[in-house]
Amino acid sequence: MKLTTTKRLERLTERYMNGGLDRRAFLGLAAAAGATAGLSMRWMPQALAAATEVRFDGWGGVVQEAIDKYAFQPYTAKTGNKVTQGTFGDESEIITKVKTATPGEFQIIHSSGVEYYKRYVDGGFNSEINEANIPNMKFVMQSMIDPFLKITPKLSAVPYDYGTTGIAYNTTVISEAEAKEKGAALLFDPKYKGKIGGYGDMTTRVWYAALATGQNPNDIKDIDAVWAKVRENRDLVKKYWSSGAELMDLLAKGEIVVTDAWSGRVAALQQQGSPIGYLDPAGSYAWMEDMLILKGSPMAECEELVNFMLDPATAIAVAEGQNYPPSLDPNKVKLTEKIAKLPAFDPTGTMASLTFADPNYWASNLDAWTKQWDRISKGG
Amino acid sequence: MNASILSAADRRRPWLLLAPSLITLFVLMILPIGIMTIFSFYEFVTAGVEKEVFTTQNWRDFLTDPFYHMFLWKTIRVSAITAILCALLGYPAAYCIAMTTYRHKWVLLLLLIVPFWISFTIRTFSWIHILGEQGAINVTLLKLGLISEPLPMLYTEGAVIMGMIHFLLPYMILNVYVAIEGIDRNLISAARTLGCTAGQAFYEVVLPLSLPGLMAGLLLCFVLAAGSYVTPQILGSTRDALFGNIIFDTIMGELNWPMGSTLSLVLLILLGAVAAVYSRYMGLSRVFKGLGG
Repeated sequence: MKLTTTKRLERLTERYMNGGLDRRAFLGLAAAAGATAGLSMRWMPQALAAATEVRFDGWGGVVQEAIDKYAFQPYTAKTGNKVTQGTFGDESEIITKVKTATPGEFQIIHSSGVEYYKRYVDGGFNSEINEANIPNMKFVMQSMIDPFLKITPKLSAVPYDYGTTGIAYNTTVISEAEAKEKGAALLFDPKYKGKIGGYGDMTTRVWYAALATGQNPNDIKDIDAVWAKVRENRDLVKKYWSSGAELMDLLAKGEIVVTDAWSGRVAALQQQGSPIGYLDPAGSYAWMEDMLILKGSPMAECEELVNFMLDPATAIAVAEGQNYPPSLDPNKVKLTEKIAKLPAFDPTGTMASLTFADPNYWASNLDAWTKQWDRISKGG
Repeated sequence: MNASILSAADRRRPWLLLAPSLITLFVLMILPIGIMTIFSFYEFVTAGVEKEVFTTQNWRDFLTDPFYHMFLWKTIRVSAITAILCALLGYPAAYCIAMTTYRHKWVLLLLLIVPFWISFTIRTFSWIHILGEQGAINVTLLKLGLISEPLPMLYTEGAVIMGMIHFLLPYMILNVYVAIEGIDRNLISAARTLGCTAGQAFYEVVLPLSLPGLMAGLLLCFVLAAGSYVTPQILGSTRDALFGNIIFDTIMGELNWPMGSTLSLVLLILLGAVAAVYSRYMGLSRVFKGLGG
């Protein structure tokens, strides 16, 4: 992307005003950019570009490794712009950091979908993306964009991938037939007491308890029955895991034989040769992830990076690496056979077969349910 | 020296020398505690959002909610058990190091601080490979045929206490060692000369004189265990959480900073009270002596 001097100065000013640039750097870069108006040297564009750095925070592990390898490294090689990376195990953790940081310190978050998108919006951390700077958004499934638009008419995030939290089981202990027959009930089977795991997250726990009590997770009528089921599960669980790495470790080491699990992490385990099966029971919890650009970020640079990440070649390579289907519309972009075989993949591009959490419904119950889950998880 | 004959420069000098420490203490301790105190009176609106209005609701919630009381009591209990076990395990070790005639005593002291060279988190994680179902203990016992199925050791309160002992034992040993090392050996010889057996000399002379060090070790272990967060998170199940974990979940999970600040202050007040009681009877200088080796 070639920038005019005026545009460059505008962006520098914007970054400075947003707090993403200190005064000395701003004055230095402004002077260099201004000088190009009368004196353009070959080294100047490179010098200015070298000053660009974007901060990205993601989930770490195999997912972030794939993003780094197939998106960030090629992006840096192509543009010279560096991507500084951080990780988090739980999205509340990064929200806390964002809350305490100055605007612009954290810039792009690999965020966990619409429910969390609303949290960022409630906290006033959202930005406004200029979609004209992300032409590759035309490849993204509209069905993934719409839920975000319902929360903010001007997007602050771009959907990037999706997956499910289904049931993972050790095939040396639980047969495929038993898993299919019992489905989500495996998480509540006393036969596996002390060998059951689960994601230590309110949404996942309430979701599966709602399914186990025969209720619609997006319209729970009897929440007391759900909490009773959550307690029942708690008393059977050996460990509630808190990160993808911990999930993989617990399953691979045989500490647990059945758990709800992130589809991509299970696919990674299967590729490593672990005897782990996976199934999405009816109503399995589906989620989408997005690249969220925070307020105060250098918007043009962040948009440029997100556009690069959405380039079909990049997005497909990342998807194959992280084992989560990309947000690219299969009707617009030819996806690979490997992606078509990934758990949760929707070939229609409508996402109609997947059950996502209703962001407004869940957001309205978030505080009370999170508090209650925190208590139940600790024996309350 | 009469204060009136000190020059202004002389009077300023102690403050100038103290200034860096005082500024550091103010910025890193007093100021954050002040901010936390203010937050504890804010109103929680929704996750990550609070209203800057004065309310005592968070304190009332703490005082009336048995959930918090239960975890406060549990934290006191687990910390006390940990401190006592550290004393039982650490005293003999400290006694041996202090009394040994081994020429290279410094090697023993060096071994005490070797664990500090490795990250605390990594050391805690290593217990997973020792206590886990496929950990060293279970695998060995299974191979020896002593057990038919793995013993459930990991993700229990016992594992949490074990992890904390592993982390705190050197503090106890160092404190007791300093106390025993400071005892005049002639007192022990005198006791023996006056007819005491070795055991009597220990109970009548060494133990009473080393008590301040032992108490300092108990205080340190208790305070550090009570404020522990990482060990229960890694080695315990969610039921084995301590008060530190409740604070973490309130701030990081529920994004409820006002309540999290209130709970943080409660823990601070509790540990401050324990330290104050100790200071009243033993004097805090013992703790610093032990820490200084």
